[in-house]
Amino acid sequence: MRRLLEAAALTAVVLAALQGRAAVAAQVDERVVHEVAAQLRCVVCQSLSVADSPSETANQMRQIIRERLAAGESPEQVRAYFVEKYGEWILLSPPKSGFNLLVWVVPFVGLGVGLVVVVLALRRWSRKPATAASPALDPVMRERIRREMSEGDKT
Amino acid sequence: MTLRGLRWAIPAAVLPVLALLTYGFWTDPKEIPSPLLGRPAAAFSLATFDGGPISLEGLRGKVVMLNFWASWCVPACYDEAPAVERTWRAYKNQGVMVVGIDIQDKEEAARQFLARFGHTFPNAPDPRGRVSVDYGVYGVPETFFIDRNGRVRFKHVGALTDEIARRHLDALLKEPA
Repeated sequence: MRRLLEAAALTAVVLAALQGRAAVAAQVDERVVHEVAAQLRCVVCQSLSVADSPSETANQMRQIIRERLAAGESPEQVRAYFVEKYGEWILLSPPKSGFNLLVWVVPFVGLGVGLVVVVLALRRWSRKPATAASPALDPVMRERIRREMSEGDKT
Repeated sequence: MTLRGLRWAIPAAVLPVLALLTYGFWTDPKEIPSPLLGRPAAAFSLATFDGGPISLEGLRGKVVMLNFWASWCVPACYDEAPAVERTWRAYKNQGVMVVGIDIQDKEEAARQFLARFGHTFPNAPDPRGRVSVDYGVYGVPETFFIDRNGRVRFKHVGALTDEIARRHLDALLKEPA
């Protein structure tokens, strides 16, 4: 019974909180807030976006995103505001321009070069038995191998 | 032997990677350059712990040392606090204003911090985190040095020392107003 009451009280609190929040940002689409927040690095975390971090800082940053969108800014403008303050470092995906292009291009170049190397190597390996058959074992060597193997059996 | 024809490919592949790694290891990943240097400092207007108003606009014409701190920032903020107060006392009659901004904090803990170090310069909380984001603060302590024309000129990340504060303030005070 007590559990039930606690659960009911908790639900009421959560609902009240949600309503309060909805009232503050009535005209802002929370999906857009999330979309912008997901592109920004949480400044006090390691490898977390502002959307995913439970920290107070990220919470405040989400609120700033919400307020800026409510003031009529586009998602791009909000993102540009954070870049202006923190530099490109704040963006989780480096922009596809300048030096950063390397990050986007190098993996594919590496993959391409690797494929070429593998194909060339496979060709050589598959061609080799036909062109260069292993030389016939000379009788002396054959005799030696036989002797040593039978000796190994004895011990 | 089979890959002899591809020998040239090994240095061709390894050298660019080495070059990239060399570049990467020569740069300090912890040193994130602030894009704010040389740009006008963001305006702010806050209420200090003493109840008075403080705004950047009201400090025009002074060299401003803006120090972001928090009572939970152990030990760096505690290490630098005496130096910040000493700097304020040494420079307050030379046209320098020191302002402390307390971020992500509980008021009671923040007041205890101020009492502990006997800070006599204005300190204000940034309850909504607006000022910290405007200054691109990503941790505490961080200290910004703003020139007489209201431009951010230096940013110091980590505990401030008397020497660092002196160096930046002296440089900015030497500049013509």
